[in-house]
Amino acid sequence: MPSKTSITRRRLLASAGVGAAAVGLGGGGFLAGRESAEADSTGTGIVPFYGAHQTGIDTTAQDRLHFAAFDLLTEDPAELRELMREWTRAAAEASEGEMVGDVNDVPLAPPDDTGETVGLLPSRLTVTFGFGPSLFEKPGLGLAGKRPADLQPLPTLPGDNLNPGESGGDICVQACSDDPQVAFHAIRNLARIGRGVVAVRWSQLGFGRTATTSRSQDTPRNLMGLKDGTANIKSEDAEAMERFVWIGEEGPAWLRGGTYMVTRRIRMLLEVWDRASLLDQERTIGRHKYSGAPLGGSDEFEPLPLEAQRNGHPLIPRNAHVRLASARENSGARILRRGYSFTDGVDESLGELEAGLFFISFQRRPEQFVEIQRRLGQFDALNEYIKHVGSALFAVPPGAAPGGYVGETLLS
Amino acid sequence: MHRNRVRPVLTIGVLALLALFVAACGSSDDVTTDSTTTAAAKTEQPSPQEEAAVADYRDYLEQNTGELAAETKPFVAAVVAGNVAQAKARYAAARIPYERIEPVAGAFGDLDPRIDAREDGVPADEWGGFHRIEKALWIEDTAKGMAPVAKQLQADVEELDQKVKTVDLDAVEVATGANELLAEVSGSKITGEEERYSHIDLVDFEANVEGSLAAFEAVKPLLDAKDADLSGEIEADFKMVFNSLEPYRRGNGFVLYTDLTKADTRKLSIKIDTLAEKLSQVPAEIDNSGE
Repeated sequence: MPSKTSITRRRLLASAGVGAAAVGLGGGGFLAGRESAEADSTGTGIVPFYGAHQTGIDTTAQDRLHFAAFDLLTEDPAELRELMREWTRAAAEASEGEMVGDVNDVPLAPPDDTGETVGLLPSRLTVTFGFGPSLFEKPGLGLAGKRPADLQPLPTLPGDNLNPGESGGDICVQACSDDPQVAFHAIRNLARIGRGVVAVRWSQLGFGRTATTSRSQDTPRNLMGLKDGTANIKSEDAEAMERFVWIGEEGPAWLRGGTYMVTRRIRMLLEVWDRASLLDQERTIGRHKYSGAPLGGSDEFEPLPLEAQRNGHPLIPRNAHVRLASARENSGARILRRGYSFTDGVDESLGELEAGLFFISFQRRPEQFVEIQRRLGQFDALNEYIKHVGSALFAVPPGAAPGGYVGETLLS
Repeated sequence: MHRNRVRPVLTIGVLALLALFVAACGSSDDVTTDSTTTAAAKTEQPSPQEEAAVADYRDYLEQNTGELAAETKPFVAAVVAGNVAQAKARYAAARIPYERIEPVAGAFGDLDPRIDAREDGVPADEWGGFHRIEKALWIEDTAKGMAPVAKQLQADVEELDQKVKTVDLDAVEVATGANELLAEVSGSKITGEEERYSHIDLVDFEANVEGSLAAFEAVKPLLDAKDADLSGEIEADFKMVFNSLEPYRRGNGFVLYTDLTKADTRKLSIKIDTLAEKLSQVPAEIDNSGE
């Protein structure tokens, strides 16, 4: 058995010389960039993995996503604990820009790390783990007693058109990075580490963020060409994060400092949308397309004039998306959105782009999302142009301390 | 090919259009009302040609709501009598006139959802109309308990038949309605979602395209005066779409949606997209506001 070595990406590079040059790393330049990168500014730095909360929630939204939902293949609690330990370690290593695992230079052994990020910067990778309702229904794991009352499969919502193969999952992993290959690498390596214990149920690549989670970011546009997430909770707003996102005393002890994650795969009927007139598009959403300002306004961030009338009719139509999604229409409830645009080629049966929004939201209680979507699903003018085809809910446990692992509060 | 035919009207900003549009909206307080009020600004004084276009479409509209009320009657009678076979046989004939003029029905508050909501579109305890009965007949294989739903449906289609006589329409709205009917095809017929129990989606498909053609033909003289080439291309594309349905025609109807392959639906979908891309140019082409 080969002895364990610990050639990490950093050490491999620090030793430089022939080895590094031979694999084409361009040594010095990489090192310089890597060492000077700031965590949140240039999109290349390190987001520290360990902490009270998991990363990838209040982290300033990165540009790329790879998300995977896994089915657990075992009911042995020890195996699940071991999986979360190994995953935590690998996620922390990848976040640091290190190679994953120990055995990466034994000639006759396949390397632990799959290698596609060697030479790439850490690129603000975050890896976020969550547990689905179905995990608590496996008798062998003995978790039924720890299941939070809120962790039930989302109810059927108006307009749902869900494909079970793109929904649910026992455990989820959200990998976000400013480099798509770094996000892909994280999911690929975690899936490999978990082989035999978990199997990928479904996965989703997101090629562009559609939400702003920091005041330092400009509002991005979704594939409809609309600014998305103008009114989103910003991570700098600590009070809103405490009030709407982080689970507090109301939750079970193991989940405090965590949150609930909702994912919805929303297919956009882009061909139909592209044929709608500018006026129709703007009335559907309730904002001006280019400025992002509420209808009748001029500034993106001005408050929605929900009461404003013109000629006896509401300026923002009653079924406009922004009105129905607004906190005022939803008993004040807000959610932290952190979604991504996707495209997965062509819809085989339509010959149209298979594209849309992979919606992700974080909230203290799933009900915050359910209340909003119940209204949107029934009344939103946008429904003419979208379909919710995938759905999942996960309880996201708090972060881990060095030496510990994510999920320890639940599994130990 | 997509080519935007209309030249930008620089003198009219979106705000001004919006103000005109809001003024032109319907007056119902229901939250669903706005969903189909999609037309652009109205001119203050319609031209004689515009008036003729609207009158032409209005005839078609009223003819179809009349047919809807008439064809729903024997369907409802069969449901009330508990005759499942007879009700199934009458279902498609009642659906066709509705699918031809559906965007107009959408202008009357919750009348469209009452008549035509799909199972996932409304809360379970509010679900009625055609598709509730469709599910009973095809999935539950019974008309039991459907008599009140059927009677309400008859009342609703008759209400629609009365209400369309007072609907305020302009030429741009008629042209926009033509596009909405094709959006219906792309969004729910070609996917098999509309008639998910009976699978007669191609019947609706054809009815939507027929309704779209009727709306287009009503405004065609206006378009001919602005862009005869586009007008000719759209006419040819309508023919192409109807021709593409022919291989699937069986007797009075069509093969079931479930008999179509992915290659079949893909072919049809691409034809609809081709036509619809051109048709979507018409409202702006014939709009006279601000000139």
